[in-house]
Amino acid sequence: MESTTDATEPAVAIRGVVKVFGAGTDEALTAIDGIDLTIAPGEFVSLIGPSGCGKSTLLRLIADLLPLTGGEISVFGKSAEAGRVDQDYGMAFQSAGLFDWRTVAANIELPLELMGWSKADRRARSAEMLELVKLPEFGDRYPWQLSGGMQQRVAIARALAFRPRLLLMDEPFGALDEMTREHMQNELLAIVADLDTTVVFVTHSIPEAAFLSDRVVVLSPRPGRIHSIVDVPMQARTAELREHSEFFKTATEIREALRAVEATIPSAGAPEPSPSTGEAAE
Amino acid sequence: MTAITGRVRSAAPAIVVGIVLLGAWEGLVRLFGVQEFLLPRPSSIATALGEQWAGSADTLGTVPLREAGLNTGIIAVTGLLLGVALGVVLALVAVRFTRLGEAFTPFAVAVNATPIVALAPIFNAWFGLTSAFSNQAVVLVVVFFPVFINTVRGLTDVHPDQLELMRSYAASETTILRRVRIPNALPFFLTSLRLAAPLSVIAAIVAEYFGGPQSRIGPVITQNASFARYDAAWAAIVVASAIGLGLFILAVAIERFALPHRPTEGE
Ligand SMILES: Nc1ncnc2c1ncn2[C@@H]1O[C@H](COP(=O)(O)OP(=O)(O)OP(=O)(O)O)[C@@H](O)[C@H]1O
Ligand SMILES: [Mg+2]
Repeated sequence: MESTTDATEPAVAIRGVVKVFGAGTDEALTAIDGIDLTIAPGEFVSLIGPSGCGKSTLLRLIADLLPLTGGEISVFGKSAEAGRVDQDYGMAFQSAGLFDWRTVAANIELPLELMGWSKADRRARSAEMLELVKLPEFGDRYPWQLSGGMQQRVAIARALAFRPRLLLMDEPFGALDEMTREHMQNELLAIVADLDTTVVFVTHSIPEAAFLSDRVVVLSPRPGRIHSIVDVPMQARTAELREHSEFFKTATEIREALRAVEATIPSAGAPEPSPSTGEAAE
Repeated sequence: MTAITGRVRSAAPAIVVGIVLLGAWEGLVRLFGVQEFLLPRPSSIATALGEQWAGSADTLGTVPLREAGLNTGIIAVTGLLLGVALGVVLALVAVRFTRLGEAFTPFAVAVNATPIVALAPIFNAWFGLTSAFSNQAVVLVVVFFPVFINTVRGLTDVHPDQLELMRSYAASETTILRRVRIPNALPFFLTSLRLAAPLSVIAAIVAEYFGGPQSRIGPVITQNASFARYDAAWAAIVVASAIGLGLFILAVAIERFALPHRPTEGE
């Protein structure tokens, strides 16, 4: 049943997905209303849109951490649940979410431990991952001894430790300063290119989406729908790209799509994303 | 080496303050000629402690302090261990069976705010005046609630991202309990142990005041006080304080030992 995946099969196929929180109650809230999206293996897709439009929800649906209300999601040709049980994806959040009673190496090894790897194999892999995220001497430290950016790199190493084919990231660099953020973006691209990982990446940052992605999916305000998809021209994603006119063109295209989307937010018209929890009277 | 000298140095101010306080106590009592029955001098208390410790001097029918201290210490420690064990086990049950926990925890928080030692005479009636368990039960109940409440907090106060991460690994509830909830609860539990340790001695002595065998610290204090032997009563109080302090230091040591890698929060 398992290895039925072939090269042409999409990494993620989302068809007519609907998510209603509290369905059937008078507090029912439609977070996502009919999303179709197919993501090819090795593709880097960003989700961007106003706060509360359902980006995190869509990511959690792909991860099978939330039940679907309608539609279907397959991951490498299997159900999202099978994808979760088979550990087809790794996950990273805005907070690094490291366990502070485990050393950095032991944090990275946790998923491997749960998968029953031997100690020697785990050690070897965590050392390799630490090398990859450029923290080779930090394996024996504890998370609180690391800076925020370093912790985030450990979280990414953990998400990639078992070489998942799919990486789901929810604003992983949101809490970092601009310099660290750019540095982490470069590192992430190098790592996923190295491991040929498919990435679904939620962000609030236009330059980040423009720099990292093959495609940028712009979502409309709640209930979340796809407003448009911006294709990013193939290009070597080096630090120089950030100063390149193509990069600015893409960023402008995303910005205009977001403007169009935000213009549809009724009245109030707060164009800046705010950490609203969406309890707006409706 | 440096760690030890560092520790001595950090304890030095407390030692100096202690010596100054004792000296001031001695001096003021002498200076104002305070009656011994109101407040004996530290030196008389020390003398009484020396005489009553092994029962070498006349104890007027009270047991030697060494024996009373040992008996009360045993009651406090066994009651403490039982209460801690029950608190931890029920916390695990409450978290595993969420419904049960949600019903029981607010009740436990409410009971914890009441003076449970007041139950002592009731327990004497239930378990018998001479049974050690009457007093142990008081200790057990007093210790149980803070341990239970703190441990439940630690088991449930887990960052939602960490729980989602574990579910993304398809980890079972049992695995989440073992790998996340229990290690997360450890510092909470150890804090409660630090609270409960001295509490156990207080509970044991208050329970002993309500009757039971005479060979314990509580009755030795009341008897000596009724014979107007206040220096001896104070000597018994010193023994009780030493037990409480000893258990507290032990709890702190366990905490240090079990959590060597945590950032130290300033005390
Ligand atoms: N567990 C939940 N129960 C009820 N409503 C929820 C839940 N999670 C999210 N929502 C609602 O669903 C909507 C989409 O939330 P989501 O977190 O996916 O937004 P988002 O696009 O990630 O926003 P942000 O950019 O601020 O992170 C919001 O209105 C939110 O209030
Ligand atoms: Mg979000």
